[in-house]
Formats: sequence, C-alpha cells, structure tokens
Amino acid sequence: MEVPEDRVPAATFEELAMPLFDQLYNFAHWLTQNREEAEDLVQETYAKALKGFSSFQPGTNFRAWIYRILRNTFLTSRTGLKASMTVPLSTDEEETAILAPANTPETILIERSNQQLVQGAIEQLPVHLREVLLLCEVEEMSYKEIAETLSIPMGTVMSRVSRARNALRESLRRKIKGE
Amino acid sequence: MPGDEWQPKLDTYLDGELPAEEMRELDSHVRSCPSCAAEVLNRLQLKRAVQASAAKRYLPTTEFRERIQKSITIRRRPTFRWGSLTAATVAALLIAGALTFYVGLQKLHREQVFSELADLHVTTLASPTPVDVVSSDRHTVKPWFQGKIPFTFNLPELKDSEFVLVGGRVAYLGQTPGAQLIYQVRKHQISVFIFQDRALSRDLSTDTPVMRKLSFNAKTWSQDGLRYFVVGDATPEDIQGLSQLLKKS
Repeated sequence: MEVPEDRVPAATFEELAMPLFDQLYNFAHWLTQNREEAEDLVQETYAKALKGFSSFQPGTNFRAWIYRILRNTFLTSRTGLKASMTVPLSTDEEETAILAPANTPETILIERSNQQLVQGAIEQLPVHLREVLLLCEVEEMSYKEIAETLSIPMGTVMSRVSRARNALRESLRRKIKGE
Repeated sequence: MPGDEWQPKLDTYLDGELPAEEMRELDSHVRSCPSCAAEVLNRLQLKRAVQASAAKRYLPTTEFRERIQKSITIRRRPTFRWGSLTAATVAALLIAGALTFYVGLQKLHREQVFSELADLHVTTLASPTPVDVVSSDRHTVKPWFQGKIPFTFNLPELKDSEFVLVGGRVAYLGQTPGAQLIYQVRKHQISVFIFQDRALSRDLSTDTPVMRKLSFNAKTWSQDGLRYFVVGDATPEDIQGLSQLLKKS
C-alpha cells in the first residue's frame, strides 16, 4: 500500500521517533540479546512505523505505538518466535495474588553494587517477563501504557510486573548464594 | 490493617498505580509498620538496581543512527519533492539556476577582458613608442583615427582639468579594432579604450563602477553605441573624473 505521507508531514515522524532511538535500541537489544538482530529489529520498526504513520492518531501515545510495533516485530522474528515458545501455556496471569519472597537479596546486592549480576539475572528472565520489567523500570511506562504496548489487560500487566520482580529476586538470591 | 493484606500491593504502590484512596492508606500504614517499611525499602532498592543496570545498557553505533536517520529522510522525499512542486516552480528553479550560471560566466568573461586590457595598457606604456599619434590636441588625435577604425568618437576638452592627452593608437580586443588613448594625470598614465559596443561580446554589456583589477583601477560604460574602458594606476577618483569628462564630451 502506498504511504500517504503527504497527509502528515514526515518531519513530524522524525521529531517524534528519533528522540526514542536510543531507548528503542536498548530495548531491542535486551529482547534479542544480539547487536545485529537488535539493529535489524530497530530498522524494521522504523520502516514499519513510517509506513503506518498516517494511521497514527495525533495526540495519542506515540511511544506506546512505536514500542508496540517493535515488540510485535520482535515476536515474528526467529528469536522472538523461539522465545515465545518458552512461555508457559498456563500462567494464571489474572491471578494478582503475589507470593511474598522467602528471602530478600537486595541488601546484599546494594553492598556488592554488582550491575553485572543484575544484568545477568534480567537476561535470564523469560522474554514475557523481561519485556514487562524493562518497560516498567527502564522506560518508566505506566501500567496503562504497558497494556497498550503489549496489547494485554491492565490486570495482566500488574501480575506480570510482580512475577518479573519475584523471578528476578529469586534469581539474584540464587546467584548471591552461588547456587 | 494488618501488614499481610498490604504485601501483595507493595509493587503497585511503588509504581504509583494504586487508587488514590489506597495510596493514602498504605502511606499511613508503612509509617507505622516496620515489616512493610523494610519490604518497601527492599523493593525500592531492587527497582533502582534494575534501572541502573538496564537503562542505557546497550548503545547504538553512530553509523547505525545515521543509517536510520537517512532511511527516514530518503523516504520523506518522494511526496515532498517533485509531486508537490508545480511546473511553474520547477521552471522558476531551472531559470534561476541557468541565470546564476549565466551571470557567473558573464562575470568570468568580464574579468578576462579587464585582464586583457590591463595587459594592453602595460604593454603600451612599456613600448618605446607608446602612441602612434603624439599630440595633446584632441582635434589632432581624433582625425588621426579616420580610416583606421570603423567608428568615430568625441574627446573632451581638458583645459580646466588635471588631465593631459598624450596621444593615441589603434588597439584590438578580440580581433575588434578600437581606439586607445593615453592620458596623463600628475605622473600617472591612463588608457582609455573605445570599441563598438555591438562588436564586443554581450558579456561586457554591464556598466561597472570603478573597480580594482590586478592592482589597476578600471571602469567601463556604454554610450552612443560605443563601449568605453578606462584603465590605469591612478586613483579611483582620477579614473572617475576622466570618465565623467569623456561622458560629457
């Protein structure tokens, strides 16, 4: 389909999209865990976003819109398809009751101030938890924005954020104990 | 309210996503419950550790950024460029381009002509016989050119001026014959070249104020179908003064 770019000035797309470039790349790299794949993902995201920019409603959330494009593009990539196959079929995501962690490794973590440890723990999270954690903590998106980006209900966002944090905490606890 | 009831909501509380009423209640509770306060602190520390470790963890290369920027710019052009330009705009751009080129060429050619005339002026002064007709009388000099050049011209009366007519000779510019007159002002000598305007290139059709060319001062203008060039090492005021006298003749 020909892009009716003349309906919305392309400069506006640049103005909206380029300030998010570093963040989108960082997010893409966290998802793919590979520089080349991250570049391909970001490039495809920008191409798709530019092509579909005429369908973007001015005044709505551009950040959530372009992150959704990136995330959907990732899910259809080889790495994304492989990652999505590891997501448990039944996750009881609407269940908002969160298990309280048995141990809290945060104090030890602060003392050691070990960023690599945290990075390793984030990398090991399943993609569906990793992405929600990054959107919440790094991108500082609201639950509503995350729901919009991932096309999931708010309740699911809430439970996934808690599950991601608990999984991270557990992973760190094991790493700190040397398990 | 017991702390256990709040535990599941601590993450939502830290993310600022609880309803306003619950936020106020939990705020109040945390202040009075050491267990929940410690748990909030722990979660806050983890939240900050994730932010510090994951934000800007991976940075794109400059080349990649440029590639993306370029891809956006390249794709923007098609609708903006020729599609939206009217034929009149295209024509105006082409004319402006051609005009700029033409003016540039004209200027270049004019520079070459001034250089050539400056050379003629210097060669003449260096010659043991700078002029072929030696006379300070304009009524002697003017008739001397009859039959030698295909036009005639008037020379000014210099009685009340500082200028002195030294003489004249035939000069050629681009194979076109013309008159070269030598004037003296104090110890400076000035050449006045006169050619038929139509015999010269159109590139010389622009009159100029006194300009400095190759350390000489020069001026050109057209009058009664003749093109005058005044070239010499005299001051711009002298060049201008002689030019005015010639124009009034």
